[in-house]
Amino acid sequence: MRNTLYIVPVHHPRLENLELLKQALSEVFSLHVEFLNLELDIEAVFNIRRHQYHSTEILAYLLDRMPDDTERILAVTDLDLYIPILTFVFGEAQLRGRAAVVSCHRLKNEFYGIPADNDILMDRLIKEAVHELGHTYGLIHCTNYACVMHASTYVEEIDIKDYHFCPACQALLAGTEPRQP
Amino acid sequence: MDTSDVNILIVDDEESVRSSLYKWFIEDGYTVDTAADAKEALQKLEKQPWDIILLDIKMPGMNGLELQERIRDIDPTIVIIMITAYASVDTAVQALKAGAFDYVTKPFDPDDLEHLIRNAIEKRKLTRENLQLKQKISQLSPEETIIAESPQMKHVLELVDTVAQTDSTVLIHGESGTGKEVIARTIHNRSRRRLFPMIAVNCGALPESLLESELFGHEKGAFTGAQYRRKGKIELADGGTLFLDEIGDISPKTQLDLLRVLETKQFTRLGGNQIIRSDFRLICATNKNLEEEVRKGNFREDLFYRINVFFILIPPLRERREDIPALAHFFVQKYSRAMNKPIHDISPEAMKRLMEHNWPGNVRELENAIERAMVIGKPPVIQPQDLPFAQVLPFDPATMDSDSLEAIEKAHISAVLARTHWNIKRSAEILDIDRVTLYNKIKKYNLQKP
Ligand SMILES: [Zn+2]
Ligand SMILES: [Zn+2]
Repeated sequence: MRNTLYIVPVHHPRLENLELLKQALSEVFSLHVEFLNLELDIEAVFNIRRHQYHSTEILAYLLDRMPDDTERILAVTDLDLYIPILTFVFGEAQLRGRAAVVSCHRLKNEFYGIPADNDILMDRLIKEAVHELGHTYGLIHCTNYACVMHASTYVEEIDIKDYHFCPACQALLAGTEPRQP
Repeated sequence: MDTSDVNILIVDDEESVRSSLYKWFIEDGYTVDTAADAKEALQKLEKQPWDIILLDIKMPGMNGLELQERIRDIDPTIVIIMITAYASVDTAVQALKAGAFDYVTKPFDPDDLEHLIRNAIEKRKLTRENLQLKQKISQLSPEETIIAESPQMKHVLELVDTVAQTDSTVLIHGESGTGKEVIARTIHNRSRRRLFPMIAVNCGALPESLLESELFGHEKGAFTGAQYRRKGKIELADGGTLFLDEIGDISPKTQLDLLRVLETKQFTRLGGNQIIRSDFRLICATNKNLEEEVRKGNFREDLFYRINVFFILIPPLRERREDIPALAHFFVQKYSRAMNKPIHDISPEAMKRLMEHNWPGNVRELENAIERAMVIGKPPVIQPQDLPFAQVLPFDPATMDSDSLEAIEKAHISAVLARTHWNIKRSAEILDIDRVTLYNKIKKYNLQKP
């Protein structure tokens, strides 16, 4: 039976933040949430020229190793992520799939030269995790700026939106058919 | 705009570019397809119309420039965007000369890509009003509740309604805790800008350099630690409302910078020279008397006149006690729901205390008092002892010098003064004596303000 959302820490030192994330995700998705250690070899997804880590390869790794009872699997990392055509991504997900990854790297105030603030970081991390998991349920970007599925290319845009799905996205989410194996 | 009505074709020989761009556009809701070379692209061009084509310049076989020519022959209205690597910017320039709409260099900045596509769509005139969407959004942002039982607050609400219909700058004055941001948000939600965000900045909370970066954004390298470009709040407020709280606290330099933005509606990010335009409505709030600050030379007169176009004064809670019961009940219901606790009312004695209290912290203090009472109180009603200022007894017999009538009067007056935080007018009302009499008694009993 697939019923567990696994959170996989990948090079992520702040465990107390993951605990908060776990609570938030179990509330938003009404799923059983567990931590899972996969000991991903980060060197294997490192791009030496860009000094960044390839998020799509992380997704492939998760899909390879996920337990049988996985409903969804989410990697959380401090690494700076990229996909080949973009300078960076905050995260990536399989659209209508099972795996997603989010990075705190560019969600941190200190990355932009302003004082660190863990509350703001947590706020952004939860929103991005919910957003990417929303993609795994087939949701696409929403034009409602307050909806968690609104696309954010700047960290300040994440701050504008909410943790929650707007009613339209919530309805789509609720209507999601169980994914065929 | 419904993005699914926009057809995008991606032509690139590299699989990873095709798949990641494909996914990017799918997540944005576009209708999208890919082609690995010119031949496949031309086949897909014959089958259906396309709005935007992203075209890799360097491809084996027919390259991007040649393919561009062919596309122009088939449909000159298609918007073509060239994809290039660093090495071939010259080729991109050539493509632009040949009529391509724009070009992007791999890897793209996500924001640049988004803007590019938006501009391309605008060019195809595909933007159109979507009434359904508008309705959906207006249902989504429920009105913040403004409790207005008193004539003063009813007047404030009338002003809010009037000014919401316009685009003029608003200055809100009120003591801290009176709910200036709620008023600003109500104006925003009732204005034509409600489909865009209201961006709030608390100017009093940040030192000058951080506030400037917060407002204007900065470019990479603008100052030590600024490793990446950052969007400012003025830019984020484009289309919506910019709410500057505690405007009276900003430094002379920021005052001048802000004045320039208000005059020209354009600015540059810190450390940058690209001119950025932003169309926002400005609402400012302050708990200072700005006219006084102008007289003292702390606030620029020209900026003051620019922001003081439409003035709204929120009276302190102690001057509109009629609002207290409704506000208190509103907060009781709010925290009852939030805490899932069956307290739904306030006892008459507790309400009497609420009515008598002087509320230096205004509505926020009232909300905090109710929240605390909801935590420590027992269902079904809030009692006087649940209130933070309820410890003040009518008078404490232990402190009385004797049982004489004078001693009782002294203790009683000092208790009432303590309860009202030495508000003489209020205390006189409670004691039912005139203020001169009260002053005389304070003097007689040598009572001291703590
Ligand atoms: Zn997304
Ligand atoms: Zn939505």
